[in-house]
Amino acid sequence: MFIIKCPYCGERDHSEFSYGGEAHITRPKQPTELSDNQWAEYLFMRKNIKGMQYERWNHSHGCRRWFNMARDTSNDKIHSVYKIGETPPK
Amino acid sequence: MANNYRLPSGGEINRTEIISFKFNGKTFYGYKGDTLASALLANGVHLIGRSFKYHRPRGILGSGSEEPNALVQIIQDKAKTDPNIRATQIEIYEGLEAKSQNCWPSVKFDVGEINNIFSALIPAGFYYKTFMWPSNFWEKYEYFIRKSAGLGKSPTDRDTDIYDHTYYHCDILIIGSGPAGIASALVAAKSEKKVLLVDEKPQLGGELLSSADNCIKINNLSPLAWLKKKYKELSKYKNIKILNRTTVSAYHNYNYLIMMQNFTDHLPEEEKKGKIRQRLWKVRAKKVILATGSIERPLIFNGNDRPGIMLSSAVKKYLNYYSVKCGNKIVIFTNNDSAYETAIDLHSKGSKIQAIVDTRESSSGDLPKRCNDLGIKNYWKYTIVSSAGYSKVKNVSIMKLSEDNSGVIGEKINLDCDSVAMSGGWTPVVHLFTQSGGKLDFNNQNFCFYPKKVMQDQISIGSCNGTFKLKDVINESIEKSKQYLDQKYENIIEINEINEGKLENIWLLPSNKPLGKTKPFIDFQNDVTAKDIKLALREGYKSIEHVKRYTTTGMATDQGKIANMHTLGIISEITNTKMGALGTTTFRPPYTPLTIGAIVGRNVNQFFDITRKTPIHSWHENNKAKFEDVGQWKRAWYYPNKNESMFDAVQRESKAARSNAGILDASTLGKIDIQGSDASEFLNRVYTNAWNKLAIGKCRYGLMLNDDGMVYDDGVTTRLGENHYIMTTTTGGAASVMSKLEDFLQTEWPELKVYLTSVTDHFATVSVCGPHSKKILDKITENIDYSDQNFPHMSFKDGLINKIKCRVMRISFTGELSYEINIQANYGQSVWEKCMEVGKEFGITPYGTETMHLLRAEKGFIIVGQETDGTVTPVDLQMDWIVSKKKYDFIGKRSLYRSDTMREDRKQYVGLLTENPNEILEEGAQIVSEIKNKPPMSMIGHVTSSYYSPNLNKSIALAVVKNGKKLKGKKLYVPMKNKTIEVTVSDPVFLDKEGSRLNA
Repeated sequence: MFIIKCPYCGERDHSEFSYGGEAHITRPKQPTELSDNQWAEYLFMRKNIKGMQYERWNHSHGCRRWFNMARDTSNDKIHSVYKIGETPPK
Repeated sequence: MANNYRLPSGGEINRTEIISFKFNGKTFYGYKGDTLASALLANGVHLIGRSFKYHRPRGILGSGSEEPNALVQIIQDKAKTDPNIRATQIEIYEGLEAKSQNCWPSVKFDVGEINNIFSALIPAGFYYKTFMWPSNFWEKYEYFIRKSAGLGKSPTDRDTDIYDHTYYHCDILIIGSGPAGIASALVAAKSEKKVLLVDEKPQLGGELLSSADNCIKINNLSPLAWLKKKYKELSKYKNIKILNRTTVSAYHNYNYLIMMQNFTDHLPEEEKKGKIRQRLWKVRAKKVILATGSIERPLIFNGNDRPGIMLSSAVKKYLNYYSVKCGNKIVIFTNNDSAYETAIDLHSKGSKIQAIVDTRESSSGDLPKRCNDLGIKNYWKYTIVSSAGYSKVKNVSIMKLSEDNSGVIGEKINLDCDSVAMSGGWTPVVHLFTQSGGKLDFNNQNFCFYPKKVMQDQISIGSCNGTFKLKDVINESIEKSKQYLDQKYENIIEINEINEGKLENIWLLPSNKPLGKTKPFIDFQNDVTAKDIKLALREGYKSIEHVKRYTTTGMATDQGKIANMHTLGIISEITNTKMGALGTTTFRPPYTPLTIGAIVGRNVNQFFDITRKTPIHSWHENNKAKFEDVGQWKRAWYYPNKNESMFDAVQRESKAARSNAGILDASTLGKIDIQGSDASEFLNRVYTNAWNKLAIGKCRYGLMLNDDGMVYDDGVTTRLGENHYIMTTTTGGAASVMSKLEDFLQTEWPELKVYLTSVTDHFATVSVCGPHSKKILDKITENIDYSDQNFPHMSFKDGLINKIKCRVMRISFTGELSYEINIQANYGQSVWEKCMEVGKEFGITPYGTETMHLLRAEKGFIIVGQETDGTVTPVDLQMDWIVSKKKYDFIGKRSLYRSDTMREDRKQYVGLLTENPNEILEEGAQIVSEIKNKPPMSMIGHVTSSYYSPNLNKSIALAVVKNGKKLKGKKLYVPMKNKTIEVTVSDPVFLDKEGSRLNA
């Protein structure tokens, strides 16, 4: 059970949020021009990292806004949260 | 009253309050403050239960939550009986009734004991090895194994107790109120921060409670007197909250801890009434101080499990705190100095110490010296090689250890005794520390794991940190707390110095018999001996986690609090691996078992889940509707007349809807208000069909896919204005569609100016269908012209009902002429009632979801989630007509051109007609093209919907079948348990293919 700092609302309990998988996977702008393999890469393939992972979260029982989080999956330390569209921290 | 083993005075029990209780049907007496264990020991009862596998007689080993043996069943009624309760933790109360477990017919004569005689035949892995073959016999074995599995009996009736949950936030949480916890609390209390101090026992104090003043003095007071003084001091601070009978079960991330507080388990029946039994605390603490103490280890020798053989710390606690002698002739068996304190206390209270058997060569400590001065016989470098006695230990045999401790030498000496107090050193309670992510290290001096790498905002202090001497514990706790909390505190605690000799550890003590002929128990609760560990290693198990699972050591309800260290020790010796390198098994929550009631709390009955009711719910109720759960919604399922069966009611309702008029409560459909200058473009992207040309005032059916091309949701969307739409979704899909759309808007298409609002609960929706529906609507609404030219199918009009604004949509899920009235939710029922009143002359009939399903099946309309299951594309559904070829992109488009989704032989949506028109298929039934004598047959699809159509007078079904499109007219088979049903593949639209009824 994390404490998550929503970039819009501040610190809230984990139970207010829902997880949205790996971040920074942009939906291709021209899907019809992709091969089956390229499209499958976007659609199905995810990294499943042990260590620092950039991931999407939704403050579903709060402001309902989506945002990104950099979290170390090996110890669940949240290093930062940032808004959609912002560049991920190093 | 017997109490033969109770000392005439002393102890912390309340002798003025005599309590009677029953154990195995016999009445005993104890005092207020006794646990069941101490009260039984006071009456000389050591035999409490039978062991799990071999049914060996077992007694009390410890004095707290670590107890592996003395598990009892608390008897109340069928709803409240509690299994596996540790006799060392349950406090006695008037009327308490407890019973031994795992024995029949009685604890003294137990038939299952035959397992003990045949124990050589049931080693570790016995079940795995024996019940392997023949493989189809497993079901027969399982019956007997299940019968013999488990210890206590679970309740069979509903729990009638009340349980509670609470959230709590604090600055400092201190877990454990032994010397370390108390010392730390003294510092924390001064900080003026919000402090929570918890302890699992009824009284604060931990080890201090069992100390007499023979050896240790704190500020010239006995440890107990000092404790009481400090407790008084602490109670004066308003910023500190103290909870007793509260066990921290779990330590999660970000200092989130779960604890269970017990309120009534120690109260007599009449005082329990109306009170909350247990409360689950969900605590978020800024800082956590772990002062969880340590547990004494037993020694692993042949026959170490007999009743009367106890931990030396427990013997001391029973003596000093409960004023109970565990025996009159006691043998002390130890490898360290702490048992000598027990010996001195016993001696001072008149118990005869037969001898102290010490596995060490000698000790330089102060206490062994004092014992020597008291004239207590000491056997240095001796070990117990066997024990005797049935319901209580009678004697032990000891022999000299060989130089390297691997064997025994010399003559056997027999020592008569009625109790053995053993001490194998101390194991820090690091459960919570490791749960929090902390890493351990091994201490080669004290032979224990202690906290090394801390992962959260916390400290460990005292003996859970591997500091064992009381003086060090208190000083360390104060100093570390001062530093951790950045708090000033003047330490004026004086404790006399006691020199301690070094512990010398031998994980498995040798006997004069070969290991195979001995029973040195490691896990008392799961009956695992050192032999079993060795066997597992011999059979090739290397990882500690594998050995644990194969032998089941540490997997009982005590989770190896007693057993784990010896298991590790023996493995490390045999495999010649260093203890630190071997690691430990994973410590998992809960620390002690939680009741299911506490976990569930108040979330029972109507609070188990949210129930959503439509604004017309009470009308349905008053008219005897049967309800169906759809997600959280209660939907009217059908409306039986008197004794009408469901089948008959649905047939009647379906017929009426097509011949006269039917009325359905459709308020549960999800409704999303979509506004913004890019609303049309947004719909273009989320639905498979085109939306930019939909005229204002018109409605359109839309199909929504996931990006994998599979059907996700469907519904009708209406254009209310240039930049304003209202989308309907399926009842179950409303919330997920809303969040999916929000997701795309916020993350993929932030450039679109579109705003979504869920308005599902704002509107009531009354759907009226059938040939008379137009007449009914015309009589109810004002300002609407119902002519087909003005108000065609798939359009909407604004109107008034009794001066209240309403929106009427002409859309149809039944294939009939049909109107949906949308009105502000709180007018829903009055509109419904008005429809019923006006519709009476037209034979209006309310129908529920079952009839709705039947009617749409006659028309071949899909239900997302019934015809689809997340693996069905619009093409599979033969709905190519709704998939735009012109649009550049929409969610899921690209996936419709993947090689897999373009396969010809995918399961496709078809209709099925049974050979016998009265035969109704079962939904979910498998379909085959070729019948064989017996399974397996290759299954090519399944029935998704099936009904008897009263309008067509025959059975109809919908199905998905491999290559279904090409099978039209072909015969297939549906094999059932007792028969095979022949079916013909048909078009899924069974009624009114041309759609003429929409304009009837």
